[in-house]
Amino acid sequence: MEKTRTYLGVEIKRPRTAFFELSSCEGCQLQILNKEASLFAFLDLLDIVNFREAMSNGSNDYEIAFVEGSVTRADEEERLLKIRKQAKTLVALGSCACFGGVNQLKNRFNDLEWVKKEVYGDFPIETQKVRPLSDFVTVDLSIYGCPIKKEEVEEIVTNLVLGKSIDHPRYPVCMECTANGNICLFKLGEPCLGPVTRAGCDAWCPNNRVGCWGCRGPADEANFDQLQEIMDSHNIPRQAMLDRLECFGGFSSAIKNMSE
Amino acid sequence: MLFKVFPGNELETLYDILAGHHLVGPQLRGTDLNGQELFAFDYIHSFTELRLDFTSTVHSLKSFILPPRETLSSFTLTNGDWEKHVDLGIYKPHVFFGLHPCDINGLNKLDKVLTGPVYPDPFYTGKRKNMFIIGVNCSPQPWCFCKSMGTDTVLSGFDMFLTDLGDRYFVEIQSAIAYDILTELPIVDPTEADHRRFVELMDERNSKFTCQVDNSDLTKILDLEFQSPVWQEWGKKCMSCGSCASVCPTCYCYGVKEFVDLDLTNATKQRQLYSCNLIDFAMVAGGHNFRPDSASRLKYRYYHKHRGFQEAYEEALCVGCGRCGQACLAGITVPDVIDSVRRQEVPK
Ligand code: SF4
Ligand code: SF4
Ligand code: SF4
Ligand code: SF4
Ligand code: SF4
Repeated sequence: MEKTRTYLGVEIKRPRTAFFELSSCEGCQLQILNKEASLFAFLDLLDIVNFREAMSNGSNDYEIAFVEGSVTRADEEERLLKIRKQAKTLVALGSCACFGGVNQLKNRFNDLEWVKKEVYGDFPIETQKVRPLSDFVTVDLSIYGCPIKKEEVEEIVTNLVLGKSIDHPRYPVCMECTANGNICLFKLGEPCLGPVTRAGCDAWCPNNRVGCWGCRGPADEANFDQLQEIMDSHNIPRQAMLDRLECFGGFSSAIKNMSE
Repeated sequence: MLFKVFPGNELETLYDILAGHHLVGPQLRGTDLNGQELFAFDYIHSFTELRLDFTSTVHSLKSFILPPRETLSSFTLTNGDWEKHVDLGIYKPHVFFGLHPCDINGLNKLDKVLTGPVYPDPFYTGKRKNMFIIGVNCSPQPWCFCKSMGTDTVLSGFDMFLTDLGDRYFVEIQSAIAYDILTELPIVDPTEADHRRFVELMDERNSKFTCQVDNSDLTKILDLEFQSPVWQEWGKKCMSCGSCASVCPTCYCYGVKEFVDLDLTNATKQRQLYSCNLIDFAMVAGGHNFRPDSASRLKYRYYHKHRGFQEAYEEALCVGCGRCGQACLAGITVPDVIDSVRRQEVPK
């Protein structure tokens, strides 16, 4: 396959790209392979040299590394540091990599030994507190979502390859939700984290009449005091709101700051 | 203006005549927690879907004339060169069956900005010129303050306007096409009794407005209260979510973004409707944000609508439909905000 293409007469290199996973469900990598109609065009943008879920005999000579998953073990930390050393651009792929993801729910328990016993019984493995990539290395680019939205990844990767700037929506999901003509779920009695969560998913959940669980983390401005008031005035228990805010890890610092 | 009357059961005939077109009207979407019916403008496929007795719609009809996302141009990129294509997308004339006075007034306000004379928007204008509008009288809802905005009646910007007199429709005719269509119905001139009934109904409607805003000297008061602490109070509530602008029939701000196709041979320029409450509305190249706090953003929303626009066009950019207040989860409504500026006190 040819290694270059052109865009407006300018030569565009297909960057050598690798995909890796730490602790995750590998759902985000699966998303990379989804959307068959444009999959070939997508794969054609990149020179993929390492992708365990999709190919064998990976190489360790790459410029861009997409890293899915959170760090829960010492050997993952080591792998991540190695990837960082090699990659010019390190991309945190999905909410586990960005915030710890669903995995970080276990951090809620004070006694991690007990958690280990509950999960692994008599076959314990070495695990530690769940942490996002940015706790260990510099992350150049984050792609939010649990799972990531392939349409958004396509746009981001195209801009990455072309060397254009990448700007996530700074506003909350509500903007996309109302643009789509949805009727607000609060009117129907359902809680939703749309007012505080970063947009970019095109209001995936509310479009399907499910309240947002905040998988993409906080918007640039997220008014938690007001969120609390909205939940209270709609008789939604504090715990139900906290369950959502805690689910993917994006709001952990906000929860710490929240008044009791 | 020409007035006629036709029997109530002929409404379906009118619908049938127009049903071959793309026909948009109010239809039921569901009910909220309190059992209140929720309506939306959407394509109507059968007469029974059309609910002319609707309260008001959650969203305005903006998505049909100023869609939240619209491709402005597309580009073919070949041999280091590019070719631009513009498609105004005006192949489908639309019939709007059942617009309340506020919404027709909303279109008339948008026209002032988007159809010229300074920067006419061909995408909007194209759609606007291909609309056939049937207005219908409404029953004021608790959140409607159109009367305060002078938009409770409408004198232009529609083809015909219906008022239900009980067993007959009273129809105001504004266009030749509307007249031609109506000649297929058994229309007659209104009698003296019809006149009386119409005036009675209007009096009854007028008595039903419960929500109002005191707009007197508002532009001056807004100037005086530019530094007022009430803006900070509202800013604390606002979630910078943009829902208010999304549902508003008169908000027209947008951003433009370029998208390159995955195969790098095509690209598009798309506009996305935006809101002055969004955090980066006034962010410029280099990263400086002229309105970094929610209080100043919310304030400027009101300054655009009730001061800037008023100065430019001698009318406010608000038709008092109350949709923004209904959509705002923080409970921020136009009457409350304007009241608080007058009284220097924000309701708890
Ligand atoms: S459903 Fe959720 S995202 Fe949509 S407007 Fe309501 S709160 Fe916002
Ligand atoms: S609506 Fe919320 S939970 Fe659903 S995909 Fe978007 S950010 Fe994630
Ligand atoms: S006023 Fe209300 S609807 Fe508008 S941005 Fe603020 S919170 Fe959202
Ligand atoms: S500002 Fe609010 S009340 Fe005024 S036209 Fe817009 S949505 Fe309606
Ligand atoms: S500046 Fe704000 S209030 Fe004015 S049209 Fe734009 S979004 Fe609407």
